[in-house]
Amino acid sequence: MQDVSYYRPSSIKEAIKILSEHGPTAKVLAGGTDVIVQARERTKKITAFVDIKKIPDVMGLGIEGHRGLTIGAATPMYQIYNHSGVQEEYPAIIDSANIIGGKAIQGRASLGGNLCNGSPAADTIPTLIVLEGTANIIGPNGERKIAIEDFCTGPGKTLLQHDEILISLHFKRPAPFSGSRFIRFIPRNEMDIAVVNVASQIQMDGNKIESSRVAIGACAPTPLLLKEISNFIQGKELSQDLLENAAELFNNLITPIEDMRGSPEHRVDLAKTLFKRTMNDAVIRSNGEKVQ
Amino acid sequence: MSKKIVISTDLNGDITEFIADERDSLLDALRERIGLTGVKEGCNNGNCGACAVLLDGILVNSCCVMAAEVDGGSVTTVEGIALENELHPVQQAFLNEAALQCGICTPGFLVAAKALLDTNPEPTEEEIRFWLAGNLCRCTGYDKIITAVQEASKSMQKK
Ligand SMILES: Cc1cc2nc3c(=O)[nH]c(=O)nc-3n(C[C@H](O)[C@H](O)[C@H](O)COP(=O)(O)OP(=O)(O)OC[C@H]3O[C@@H](n4cnc5c(N)ncnc54)[C@H](O)[C@@H]3O)c2cc1C
Ligand code: FES
Ligand code: FES
Repeated sequence: MQDVSYYRPSSIKEAIKILSEHGPTAKVLAGGTDVIVQARERTKKITAFVDIKKIPDVMGLGIEGHRGLTIGAATPMYQIYNHSGVQEEYPAIIDSANIIGGKAIQGRASLGGNLCNGSPAADTIPTLIVLEGTANIIGPNGERKIAIEDFCTGPGKTLLQHDEILISLHFKRPAPFSGSRFIRFIPRNEMDIAVVNVASQIQMDGNKIESSRVAIGACAPTPLLLKEISNFIQGKELSQDLLENAAELFNNLITPIEDMRGSPEHRVDLAKTLFKRTMNDAVIRSNGEKVQ
Repeated sequence: MSKKIVISTDLNGDITEFIADERDSLLDALRERIGLTGVKEGCNNGNCGACAVLLDGILVNSCCVMAAEVDGGSVTTVEGIALENELHPVQQAFLNEAALQCGICTPGFLVAAKALLDTNPEPTEEEIRFWLAGNLCRCTGYDKIITAVQEASKSMQKK
C-alpha cells in the first residue's frame, strides 16, 4: 500500500479544505472498492484518503413525491436496491446496482464512486444517463450541476476538479407510461467487467414511441448517449421491425476497441441485441409489468 | 514510514484498541496487528471473498476497507460467529457436509453465509449461489458449499 494518510471529515466544507490543501494526490474515499485497490496496486499516486462517509449529505436516499429521487453519492449499493421506492419507480437503477461485484462489494460500492472512477465499462453510468440524472457538486467555488451524460470525458477522466465533491445524484419522477431497463453482457454469470452494457428508457403514447433515451458502455472512451437512435424511433409505432432497423444504426455509431473481452464486430452485435432487449423490457415496464 | 494510529472498535463483541499503520487495510490490521488470522488474504483486490468480514453488520471485503475506517464501528470476523458453547450452524454444516478442503476460502464463505441467513433465513438455491458469487473456492467445488448452507438454514429453522 502507498503511504496514505486518512482523514474523516464530518462536513463538506472540511472535506474540500483537506482536498484543496493536499492537491490532486488526495482522493475522496467512498466505498473504496476502486480507490483502495488503486492505492495498493499503485496504478495512481495517492497520498491521502478523504473518507466522506461521515458526512450526512452524501449518505442515504429518498423520493420526494413529484420532485423525484435523490441518492447521496456515497450511499452503498445494497441500500439502493433494498429501497422499495427505487424498486417501484426506477427499476433500471436496481438492474445496475444489483450486479456491481458480489454482495461484499455491494456493501460498500457507491454510485458516486462508479461515476467518478469514470470507467468506460462502468455498469451504473448508462442507467444514470438514460434516467436524465444530474450530478450535484460542491467545490471551493460553490455548487454546480452537471448532466451525467456530460460527466465523463475519457477513460478515468471526468469534469470533476480534484477538490470538488460529488454530493448527490438527482432523478426526476418518471413520466407516466415510461419504463427503463439496463442489461450487460459478461461471459460469466456474475462478477465480471461488461463486454458491452446498454440502458434504454422509453415513454409510450399508446403504441407510439413518445420519446426514448439509449446509452451504451464499453464501446467508446466513455459511456455514450445515443441520440441518433432516439431520433430515429421517435413518433413511430413500436414494432420489432422498427427496433431491428434502429439497431442497424449501431454499425456506424460506435467504434469499439479490440481487447481480450471481445472484438469490435462482437461488440457491435452485442450492442444491437442488448438494445433490442432493453427496449422491449422497458416497454413492458412502461405498462407497469415486471420483466423476466 | 507510515504514521501509527490508534483504532478503537467493537471487535467480535469486545471493545478493542489497537495500533496500526495509517495505511493498513482492515485485512492487514486484523491479521498482522491483532493476530486474527481467520481472515484470509486471497487476491487482495476484492475479487475472492476470502477476507470477508461484517463491518457494522454489513458484509464487506476487508482488503477493500482501510483499518482507520473501523474506528468507532464494529467488526465481526469468523472468530466471532460461533455461539456461546457451540459452533454457528453454518460452521457445523460445513463440517457435516465436508464443504472444505484446503480451507483458505472457508472463513469468507462462513461469514458471507451467516450474513445471508441473517437477512434471508430460507434462501433458495439460486439465492445462495447469487449471494456467494463473490466468494471463490478453487478446491472443494461449490456444490458441497451450497448444500452446507441449505443444511444450516434448515437447522436454524428448527431452533
Ligand atoms: C471485485 C470487484 C468487482 C467489481 N465489479 C464491478 C461491476 O460489476 N461493475 C462496475 O461497474 N464496477 C465494478 N467494480 C468497480 C467498483 O466497485 C465500482 O466502480 C464502485 O461503484 C465504486 O464505488 P466506490 O464507492 O467503492 O468508489 P471509491 O473506490 O471510493 O471511489 C472511486 C473513485 O471515485 C472518486 N470518488 C468517489 N466518490 C466521490 C465523490 N462523492 N466525489 C468525488 N469523487 C469521488 C474516488 O476518489 C475514486 O477516484 C468492481 C470492483 C471490485 C473490486
Ligand atoms: S483478499 Fe479480499 S477479496 Fe480476495
Ligand atoms: S477449500 Fe480450498 S479454496 Fe476452497
